[in-house]
Amino acid sequence: MEDFLVILLKVAAIYGGVIGTAALYTLAERKVAAWIQYRIGPNRVGPWGLLQPLADGVKFIFKEELVPAGANKLLFRLAPMMSAVPAMLTIAVVPFAGDMTLFGVDTFGAIAKIDMSAFYVVAIGGLGVYGIILGGWSSNSKYSLMGGLRASAQMVSYELSLLLGILSIVVVSGSADLYDIVDAQSGAIWRWNAFQQPLAFGLFVIATFAETNRHPFDFAECEPELVAGFHTEYSSMKFALFFLGEYCAMIVMASLTTTFFLGGFEVPFWADAPWVIQLAAFGAKTAFFLFLFLWVRWTLPRFRFDQLMSLGWKVMLPLSLLNVFLYGALTSFGAFGD
Amino acid sequence: MLSQYGPILILIALVLGFAAGNLVISELLGKKTSAIGKADAYECGMGSIGNARLRLSIHFYLVAVLFILFDVESLLLIPWAVSAKFFEAQGVGGIVFTEIVGFVAVLGIGLAYVWNKGGLSWDR
Repeated sequence: MEDFLVILLKVAAIYGGVIGTAALYTLAERKVAAWIQYRIGPNRVGPWGLLQPLADGVKFIFKEELVPAGANKLLFRLAPMMSAVPAMLTIAVVPFAGDMTLFGVDTFGAIAKIDMSAFYVVAIGGLGVYGIILGGWSSNSKYSLMGGLRASAQMVSYELSLLLGILSIVVVSGSADLYDIVDAQSGAIWRWNAFQQPLAFGLFVIATFAETNRHPFDFAECEPELVAGFHTEYSSMKFALFFLGEYCAMIVMASLTTTFFLGGFEVPFWADAPWVIQLAAFGAKTAFFLFLFLWVRWTLPRFRFDQLMSLGWKVMLPLSLLNVFLYGALTSFGAFGD
Repeated sequence: MLSQYGPILILIALVLGFAAGNLVISELLGKKTSAIGKADAYECGMGSIGNARLRLSIHFYLVAVLFILFDVESLLLIPWAVSAKFFEAQGVGGIVFTEIVGFVAVLGIGLAYVWNKGGLSWDR
């Protein structure tokens, strides 16, 4: 019974934490954009504009839900859910902290600990593409269709690099459990996979930008060309769900980059830190990648779509294959044997 | 083993409830008005012309097919990736790796073929 309550508590805390972070992240996006452009940004709702996400949420709920006349009604209504739900489900296996004791129950700092968690995130995260392409197609609007198609082509192209990057980590760690992958990086700071596999790290970070449709790869929206891309016809809470899904996906991608390459919740040179410290370390590392998403968005210009596809297929894919190859050879001939 | 997945089921219920609940509440509370042309697809303010059930560029199809090919091949690498260290510990790392090299070489030759045929060039 107590076990069950602790599980419920963890699910509620982690899910609530991620949704809360996503809400604050929308504010951070506008604040950082403002600072980079020498403006002030939202500052009217609450101190420093901190209640802005709440105000946005209330406004979204009371706005009109518009369904275009030519749209496929059912799919149009389902698509936002299909986009947001997979992004929120991938947080289930992210290890936020190590072993902990809550109310006398020994547990761990993730919702679930499964053997294939490194591939669970790819499997579930990959489902998000359905929501985007169905949203684009069912709107029956040309902009939406183009945005949806581009987004899906881009997401599937970069998913290969993402998967191959994870593969080379799994090869070296000898396990597909995210906890084992984090354990393999404990201790000294140079044991982090970012230092062990710099090429995979670079490719993975680039692929996360493409997977979440962020600048400089945001062809799903690309406002000068496609108005708003796949969500041109969406309004009110349906639009908000797409938005929330995108921000949750970014949070998940940032936490995965942390887990795979920056030692996850491990504190360097302090292997048995208390779980609160580990959680803080995890938060700090993830916050860096979350900031990187914003920093890049307001710094780099957008690619062209054909450049994006050639980068994905002609540069990233061969390099990722080569990387798996290289670390496969090193592992197979005992370079990483402990 | 399966009980590992129990918490994920709870999360699925929570997430679905959250998403569906938001949509239903907004559908109930949002105002409803109608006007001429309001339900048309947006085309920069002009009346919309035709619908969007267009023929698509063949490139998108090609990308999808290539993705399936490479994704399935990468998936077949997963069992080896998980047990590469185990094979090394058993002293058969080199042999298994040679087999994987053969397998990845097929993947590489496929990529080179598609590249040579121009399947990766978006502007052809």
